[in-house]
Amino acid sequence: MSTTTYGSDAKPRVGFFTDTTVCIGCKACEVACKEWNLIPADGLEWTGESYDNTSQLDANTWRHVAFVEQRKPLRIGADGVDAVDGGPEPLRWLMESDVCKHCTHAGCLDACPTGALFRTEFGTVVVQEDVCNGCGYCVPACPFGVIDRRDLPRSPQDAPLALPLLGSKEDGRVWKCTLCYDRLKGGHEPACAKACPTDSIQFGELDELRERAQKRLEKVEREGWNGARLYGEDPDDGVGGFGAFFLLLDEPEVYGLPPDPIVPTRHLPRLWRTTAFAAVGLLVGVAMAFAGGDA
Amino acid sequence: MTSQSYYGRNIVKEPVWKREIPLYFWTGGIAGASAVLHGVARVTGNEPLAKRTLFIGAVADAVSPVLLVKDLGRPERFLNMFRMFKVTSPMSVGSWILLVSGGASNTAAALELLGILAPAKRAAELLSAASGPPLATYTGALVANTSIPVWSEARDQLPWLFGASATATAGAAAAVVTPPRYAGPARRAAVLGAVAEAMVMRAMRRRLGFVGEVYDQGAAGKNARAARACTTVGAGLLALAGRRPVAARTGGLLVLAGGLALRFSVFKAGFQSARDPKYTVVPQKERLRARFSASSTG
Repeated sequence: MSTTTYGSDAKPRVGFFTDTTVCIGCKACEVACKEWNLIPADGLEWTGESYDNTSQLDANTWRHVAFVEQRKPLRIGADGVDAVDGGPEPLRWLMESDVCKHCTHAGCLDACPTGALFRTEFGTVVVQEDVCNGCGYCVPACPFGVIDRRDLPRSPQDAPLALPLLGSKEDGRVWKCTLCYDRLKGGHEPACAKACPTDSIQFGELDELRERAQKRLEKVEREGWNGARLYGEDPDDGVGGFGAFFLLLDEPEVYGLPPDPIVPTRHLPRLWRTTAFAAVGLLVGVAMAFAGGDA
Repeated sequence: MTSQSYYGRNIVKEPVWKREIPLYFWTGGIAGASAVLHGVARVTGNEPLAKRTLFIGAVADAVSPVLLVKDLGRPERFLNMFRMFKVTSPMSVGSWILLVSGGASNTAAALELLGILAPAKRAAELLSAASGPPLATYTGALVANTSIPVWSEARDQLPWLFGASATATAGAAAAVVTPPRYAGPARRAAVLGAVAEAMVMRAMRRRLGFVGEVYDQGAAGKNARAARACTTVGAGLLALAGRRPVAARTGGLLVLAGGLALRFSVFKAGFQSARDPKYTVVPQKERLRARFSASSTG
């Protein structure tokens, strides 16, 4: 990742530290995000999955609060086994506000063939909606399943299709968290962080957030919180570290997060070599088919 | 294989692509390998085969962009594909390859029909033959360069698989329309491609381990079985009785159908692989464990 092309306009890299130990599941972040970014409603469903009726990040959900109910003690003793609280049948309720990770090496950005996805001067990853042609390549490229194509009918006010024969299409473009690019430009923090009543979502310069997270982890470990760990703070991980990282209380997959994400582009040099060899193989194979004459 | 998950929900997203995409993988493969068949046929002086493979390639090349534009969320913005050339994006690289290949093969076909500008036609044929192999194989890189486990983990095989299937289907298409006494190279290309495809498929399944089980299940499984049956019987017919017109036509059509089913199988496998979080979680946990034990022992 580099913001060096911005020259003197480059800003310090910013991001989120989402501390799930203090999340109360109020969903103010989800609502603030929808309101500020004018994201369309996307159905009213009752899933029966704890208090989560949003289910996942997608084109119309850029903050998603996960709810996990577990038969596990919230805190454990120094020996790492004995439950400190909860009695014989402990119950804990984990909540986590998920968001686009704004990866250092972003699979969506690398995959985008049009340049609609770009790296901002703040080091964040944003889609230019006037450029995106909805090819959808970024969707399976993302190791986290964040970015998604919007599936809403075109409104009558929309500009007419240049190719009407191809039928009336949906919005058809991809959408995801912009880390409130417009608010950052105006010197404001993103809407979700602003709305969070417990400071579970902390916005700031990434270097400073990483230090803060390390201190917080040490504190919750001292207090015996069961399963506390940082997720995505390591600049040496498969995506070069997240711009938005987390303090979790269980394995990442419990929250629907990949345990060891790797940007697909990491394998691309080797993949291009394989493709070149296969192309030569095809050439040789077809040439061989001509040995033995025309009949 | 069981793993923890968030209410069993997928972690990586299923692709948003529709059936136009596997159809294009098929037509693009036919176009790419036909261009090579055409080039070698011209050089060896097999004019009847050269002429037919030129037109097959041009038609397949002309259909391909229509399929791709139709699948876009914003088809009217298809030209944005050519705003830049991005080597980190196989779709960007592929768009340019298709532009060159389609432009060259259709120019050559038009000049052939009109019987004019022989030197320009020769140049277009050369360009078409040169851009054919990458056109037939980059689509393997395109799907492998994702976070879908069954595609990503097969990155050493998918370009070969698509290249082999392209050879088989282009040979088969030529065998269907070319008189058998000129179609020997086309038949042999079809058989060679089919054999290579079967071998690469085996290597891919070995490499994938339990992640590859989606190729035995659901739509991916059905298409994989259909692909194997059609390609095997079709290639067998071409190999054993290809000099008889009826057998050549039947065999060729079967191999073509097999190639189409193969692309749908790979396509559907990606969706099934994304849908179940265990394919994402289990290999990643194993990777973490291996790294942990390597760092704690060494």
